[in-house]
Amino acid sequence: MKPAKFDYARAGDVADAIRLLGSTDGFNKPLGGGMSLGPMMNLRLAQPDLVVEVRKLDALKAVTEEGGYLVVGAGITHAEIEDGKIPDTANGMMRFVAGQIAYRAVRNRGTVGGSIAHADPAADWPTALRALGAEVAIDGPDGARVVPLSEFQLAAFTVALEPADIVTALRIPKLSPGAKWGYYKICRKPGEFADSIGAVVHDPERGRTNVVLGATDGAPLDVPALAEAVRAGTAVEIDDAKAALAAQGAVFDDYGNQIHAVALSRAIKGALAS
Amino acid sequence: MTEISLTINGEPVTASVEPRTSLADFVRDSQRLTGTHLGCEHGVCGACTLEIDGEPMRSCITYAVSCDGASITTIEGFDDDDVMEDLRQAFTENHGLQCGYCTPGMLVTARDIVRRLPDADEKRVRLELSGNLCRCTGYVGIVRAILAVLEKRRG
Repeated sequence: MKPAKFDYARAGDVADAIRLLGSTDGFNKPLGGGMSLGPMMNLRLAQPDLVVEVRKLDALKAVTEEGGYLVVGAGITHAEIEDGKIPDTANGMMRFVAGQIAYRAVRNRGTVGGSIAHADPAADWPTALRALGAEVAIDGPDGARVVPLSEFQLAAFTVALEPADIVTALRIPKLSPGAKWGYYKICRKPGEFADSIGAVVHDPERGRTNVVLGATDGAPLDVPALAEAVRAGTAVEIDDAKAALAAQGAVFDDYGNQIHAVALSRAIKGALAS
Repeated sequence: MTEISLTINGEPVTASVEPRTSLADFVRDSQRLTGTHLGCEHGVCGACTLEIDGEPMRSCITYAVSCDGASITTIEGFDDDDVMEDLRQAFTENHGLQCGYCTPGMLVTARDIVRRLPDADEKRVRLELSGNLCRCTGYVGIVRAILAVLEKRRG
């Protein structure tokens, strides 16, 4: 339960971090809060050659509003979101989600950017932010770019980052005041990795309705048939959710089919009742 | 090896550490502060919880090199803290510990609950304790102790 040996460097700014990450051919990783990378390294599932610390970089702690977006620096912690230290432009959804991530001692250090870059299927932000239609701001040797979250996470623990890229911010569309959301997570114990996550955002004014299933064995899954039901205001029972998943080829084992359908139908009920 | 300067329980410390040394191993092995306990070493059990810059955090998945410039408070650093004094008394009176292995982490988490959530009820206390595992007490005494301190401080 101790990590393999690695080299360590502290980046002075984002450009320095990119330079350091590209300075050797090995497996180099940026370190934010380390609340996901730390366990992976302790379990030796990840054995980076070089770890580049980016946790304290000012640019990654910035929170700004740009047009219809709230731009949240990748280094903002879950606890900062839980405590309302950044503007609430998602009608309370971000705070609700943040407060359920792992445990307070983890939320105090773990970051939203780290969670997105790590892309654990059972983590909260990949599913919640996908439902909100968020985009990922990335900086790297070839310059800065923005990728929609739906194109960013490719599979479990697999994202569209090149070796020397870092996630700098999440661009999260603001919800209109009348927008509804629902979020339902099933864990065997509070704070544990989820068995299933249903996330719903319904913002007719902005033309955005998303129903997303998380904690699958891959990237979060859009369920367009259920989004259509939410737009129509139709109640979605467990069997309806099961049928919708089956119709798009999302088939799990018996337990998975049941629990995912329950999470989705409860998230939708929550959204429609909000 | 990487040089770090930090404050531990109010005292300045400068040391040279291997990057892979966790903060928990650093305070235990190099600083002889063995009150911080290691259980799971992947952030789940809560035994290693201590304060970094005034907030409870996991020292088993935080590397010592990441704590350059930080202020660390281990369980040994709370001798004169009035909330911790109340908690120590309440843990004793309510059988909040048996073997004591989880207790340092429990107390750091309990202190955070008392300070951050002064109106917490039993349900909230239990929820907040979900990141600290105890295999002796069944949590009843721990929850009772924290509720007693909350009650006392609400006056």
